[in-house]
Amino acid sequence: FYLTPSQVNSILKANEYSFKVPEFDGKNVSSVLGFDSNQLPANAPIEDRRSAATCLQTRGMLLGVFDGHAGCACAQAVSERLFYYIAVSLLPHETLLEIENAVESGRALLPILQWHKHPNDYFSKEASKLYFNSLRTYWQELIDLNSGETTDVREALINAFKRLDNDISLEAQVGDPNSFLNYLVLRVAFSGATACVAHVDGVDLHIANTGDSRAMLGVQEEDGSWSAVNLSYDHNAQNEHEVERVKMEHPKSEEKNLVKQDRLLGLLMPFRAFGDVKFKWSIELQKRVVESGPDQLNDNEYTKFIPPNYHTPPYLTAEPEVIHHKLRPQDKFLVLATDGLWETMHRQDVARIVGEYLTGVHHQQPIAVGGYKVTLGQMHGLLTERRARISSVFEDQNAATHLIRHAVGNNEFGTVDHERLSKMLSLPEELARMYRDDITIIVVQFNSHVIGAYQNEE
Amino acid sequence: AASMFLRLLSDIQWRAAHPKWRRMTSSQRSTSTTAEPHPVSLPAQAQVVICGGGIMGTSVAYHLSKMGWKDIVLLEQGRLAAGTTRFCAGIVSTARPVSIELKMAHYSNKLYQQLEQETGVQTGYMKTGSISLAQTQDRLISLKRIASSLNVMGIPCEVISPKKVLQLHPLINIHDLVGAMYVPEDALVSSANVCLALATAASRNGVQIHERTCVSHVTIQKGQVTGVETDRGRIQCEYFVNCAGQWAYELGHSGEEPVHIPLHACEHFYLLTHPLKEPLSSSLPTVVDPDGRIYIRNWQGGILSGGFEKNPKPLFTEGRNQLEIQNLQEDWDHFGPLLGALLRRMPGLEALQIMQLVNCPESFTPDMRCIMGESPTARGYFVLAGMNSAGISYGGGAGKYLAEWIVNGYPSENVWPLDLKRFGTLQSSRTFLRHRVMEVMPLMCDLKVPRWDFQTGRQLRTSPLYDRLDAQGARWMEKHGFERVKYFVPPGNDLLDLDHSKTFYKPDWFDIVGSEVKCCKEAVCVIDMSSFTKFEISSTGDQALESLQYLFSNDLDVPVGHVVHTGMLNEKGGYENDCSIARLSKRSFFMISPTDQQVHCWAWLKNHLPDDSNLVMEDVTWKYTALNLIGPRAVDVLSELSYAPMTAEHFPSLFCKEMSVGYANGIRVMSITHTGEPGFVLYIPIEYALHVYNEVMNMGQKYGIRNAGYYALRSLRIEKFFAFWGQDLDAFTTPMECGREFQVKLDKGMQFLGQEALWEQKQNGVYKRFTMFILEDHDTDMDLWPWWGEPIFRNGRYVGKTTSSAYSYTLERHVCLGFVHHFDEKTGEELVVTTDFINQGEYEIDIAGQRFQAKAKLYPFSSLFTQRRRKDEVELSGYQRE
Repeated sequence: FYLTPSQVNSILKANEYSFKVPEFDGKNVSSVLGFDSNQLPANAPIEDRRSAATCLQTRGMLLGVFDGHAGCACAQAVSERLFYYIAVSLLPHETLLEIENAVESGRALLPILQWHKHPNDYFSKEASKLYFNSLRTYWQELIDLNSGETTDVREALINAFKRLDNDISLEAQVGDPNSFLNYLVLRVAFSGATACVAHVDGVDLHIANTGDSRAMLGVQEEDGSWSAVNLSYDHNAQNEHEVERVKMEHPKSEEKNLVKQDRLLGLLMPFRAFGDVKFKWSIELQKRVVESGPDQLNDNEYTKFIPPNYHTPPYLTAEPEVIHHKLRPQDKFLVLATDGLWETMHRQDVARIVGEYLTGVHHQQPIAVGGYKVTLGQMHGLLTERRARISSVFEDQNAATHLIRHAVGNNEFGTVDHERLSKMLSLPEELARMYRDDITIIVVQFNSHVIGAYQNEE
Repeated sequence: AASMFLRLLSDIQWRAAHPKWRRMTSSQRSTSTTAEPHPVSLPAQAQVVICGGGIMGTSVAYHLSKMGWKDIVLLEQGRLAAGTTRFCAGIVSTARPVSIELKMAHYSNKLYQQLEQETGVQTGYMKTGSISLAQTQDRLISLKRIASSLNVMGIPCEVISPKKVLQLHPLINIHDLVGAMYVPEDALVSSANVCLALATAASRNGVQIHERTCVSHVTIQKGQVTGVETDRGRIQCEYFVNCAGQWAYELGHSGEEPVHIPLHACEHFYLLTHPLKEPLSSSLPTVVDPDGRIYIRNWQGGILSGGFEKNPKPLFTEGRNQLEIQNLQEDWDHFGPLLGALLRRMPGLEALQIMQLVNCPESFTPDMRCIMGESPTARGYFVLAGMNSAGISYGGGAGKYLAEWIVNGYPSENVWPLDLKRFGTLQSSRTFLRHRVMEVMPLMCDLKVPRWDFQTGRQLRTSPLYDRLDAQGARWMEKHGFERVKYFVPPGNDLLDLDHSKTFYKPDWFDIVGSEVKCCKEAVCVIDMSSFTKFEISSTGDQALESLQYLFSNDLDVPVGHVVHTGMLNEKGGYENDCSIARLSKRSFFMISPTDQQVHCWAWLKNHLPDDSNLVMEDVTWKYTALNLIGPRAVDVLSELSYAPMTAEHFPSLFCKEMSVGYANGIRVMSITHTGEPGFVLYIPIEYALHVYNEVMNMGQKYGIRNAGYYALRSLRIEKFFAFWGQDLDAFTTPMECGREFQVKLDKGMQFLGQEALWEQKQNGVYKRFTMFILEDHDTDMDLWPWWGEPIFRNGRYVGKTTSSAYSYTLERHVCLGFVHHFDEKTGEELVVTTDFINQGEYEIDIAGQRFQAKAKLYPFSSLFTQRRRKDEVELSGYQRE
């Protein structure tokens, strides 16, 4: 059976979300115009997560995609918590003090982040107190450490990633008297998640990446064509530097067992990740925690299983690789996406499809001949081109949805084949994962005028 | 831009050339804020006030003044020819599928041709000819049908090969063409100048023309126009003519008593180019490529090309809207597909430079035919509007017919297909019009196939049985907003989609309707015929009888319970309506008329019945559901349901009685079926409709009852030679001409409308005769089917046209009905048609250029294929409607 186009659309659009940076006085002073995001599940439930927030006490916007494995608990926790760790890392000393004083005296807290969430993006209510306490401990340490130096974004990102992963690990070791929470923190720690996070502040774009999600910049060349610039490196077996790094961190004797079948210890695809304490804790610690943990944990074969050739943990880190890029007027958009997208589409195609979509949607001005000399043939060519652009675009109001449509439905000619799309989307749950992975995409659109103005100032 | 086009398109030179022109207002386009003084004030009264200075208004003024009426004022809110007329592409084309439209266009062409000579105003008239292209065989068939009509009217016309097309127009790409139609006398004009020429002539004949005068509303008292209110004062008048084009709807609604003029504007685009390197000759034929949805004419060495896109843009739905007027800009993306079609047709134009894309709103009507005639509610209020973008082609002829209508009381041709009274308030909803015109505008270019049904604006009026019938497989058509069943698709048979039925050949429902007909002949069928117009007329004394005796030709002074078939005739004896009237009591009558008579018949009766409070007329159409039980077993079903004997001894033919059916009492049962078959029509108060239907169907089971639709009814009535008003009969046809003298009681002892004319015909004979034709060498499976409007040839000479046709499942032949004339071989003069003349000819029917032998009959076949019934049982000949 086939899904009708409207059924296909309702599936594709179920998780789409758009945010436009509000304008003040008709002017948008942010270098970000807005973003579109969407996700399409293959796992049930989906293991990908996404987050987007504006920093309220510092400038800038945070956007991230998180690809969970061995369950979604870790990705969920990271999606809720990581931006707070980053925001706190970026805060100046005075603001941290102010916040701490407010908490101490029970006053209203300065809001740190303004979230931009789809209704399906949830936060755990039960764990919020626990998470808050861990975060507070972090900023208290930052206050004590007061270096007096201005905060470097790169450092802040790295610190935040590492600190959060550390907290996840600690919370699992300490446990919680509440049995639900106790089980939750263990599931978070034993599952894993990659993270690819962008911080945009004016023309400064930082990408912090841990794992095999990817950030890609869409650049419009002078001739109007589109090209892709990678702003992250995949942390997996295909990345020589990454394989090298892992080998450097362990004795020579383990070298041949570190990477097997393109996987870390023959098991894990990403070479960096949050959680995954099975690749981080000592065997003794793992056994102790599992044995003292709740029964559900003991029943789980995966958690009890110790990776083979496990001699010198940790084998895995959450430390991100950070790339800084100064935005230029030709940098039109940024795509953050989990590996579900990149497995099916080349970055060059992604750049083209999104680029044409965005210009089609926003620059389809009416044509007027006016005083120009235009021939019938020229006009016909122009109209045909415009129509072709519209026909593939008009169904989607969201660049991420448009990209997913292409990722799932593209035929060999690079155009969306409804039949294929319909087939792929109607696969039963148990089969879907064999044909495609969860896909999560955020497309951030930049404001070239603002970026151009920044450039001129400098 | 607007003023530039006024110059470009019209090249107006009237000021220098015609110093005599009486310009009523200053011609300065002053932008100063002080109001311009109007040099000539409006008259306080006039016989006729025409609103609208476009082609329609000036044509009406021109023709009225030609007919001798002088006391005429024409008001134009802006300047003459400044509305849609100015933007008109100026193509005068006679290639029209509807006969009356063809006649109007033909007359317009002849008028425009001599207009320059008559008035001295340059009209830009150029006889270029036109070529209509066919990309498909079906298209070619439709062109051949038009060619047949043109030829018998004496308009030169030729179906030509693609090669010939290339000879006529070297720019055309002919590779995808299967043929074309060439009409050498079609012409181009500057429409604005034609309009000014008509105005000039009218003005010389005494018509006063006032520009920049806005009509705010028309005043109507006691159903009669009394005057108009304008922004420059009031004019008293007897007649008002609404030629306000796309504003006609609004103007109609501006007064206290609205006049409903159902039209709605859509944007219409055409392209103008600079001249070609080698400028196109001004005599190059106009090209119409309906499959590409475009037309192309030469224009100042370049081309003008527009079209009718699939996705029209309706506008002014909420009335005149400044925002929309300002936004009337070029929309190239919208025009894109038409530009593609243009370049496909003329690839050599690629390098031609664009001058402008013009956006000019055109008004469209619910059935793609224009609107003319008198308001049914306000005497003296006339309308001419809704030209469906063929204003310049119709302008001359339409103006002439309307002027005749005003002066004589009726036009010289049958214009019922264009009559305002074919519509009522029900077609006046803006939502309905907006949706419908979006379907109508693309239809301009779509193939016009037989039995086309509109898809928009449906399910407005329905029978209470609608859902029940729909669930049993009913397929629907619409008449006057009412849903009627065409036929019932048997369960499991769902190959019937819309596109399958779009054919000039044997349609896919052939066997389905055949089995319904068979059931009507052998058992019993039930057809829901609730759409018929039903009036009750009653009085305290004899007023009803006396008035009706004057208005109807048959004798209505019959015993209570009798049903009379009778024409409602005009003074010339022509059918204004054809109806059945049952005498319910001494003083009350129940009148059944065709569905689309609801407005016309009401207006006719209102205008002709005496203004007497003791005489009451009521429209009860909505109160009754009508079920037609057709077939030999109908009598059994009904008698079982009513415990009353229904045989001919107790319930003779043409009888009416209130009785009970099932639990329901007060059902009006009439022994007529409108088909010539035995049976009854049940008029059921609507709240009993479902009950009676259920009872009939349950009881009917053992007699083999089934549902049937109008296609079966149509086949039955045509094979029985029953004429149908609106299709076969019109205001120009008398009972004498269609073998219905027996429905005329010339000696009924009192005078009636049309009596004199009929007397004369009885004595002198008739000039046309309704005749039935049986196609002889026609292969139902392989040959094109007749429809209506096919030319009839007698001994090789044209004698008339068919008016309807159907396949007779009994005769296993096609039957066409039509009128035979007798034209003098030398002079063309119309001679008396005698029975011998009919019987002694060899006949052929021309279907899209192919002639089929036909046998002519003046009497139905009934005795040949049904058991001979007693004479008094037979519903004698000639009464039917659909």
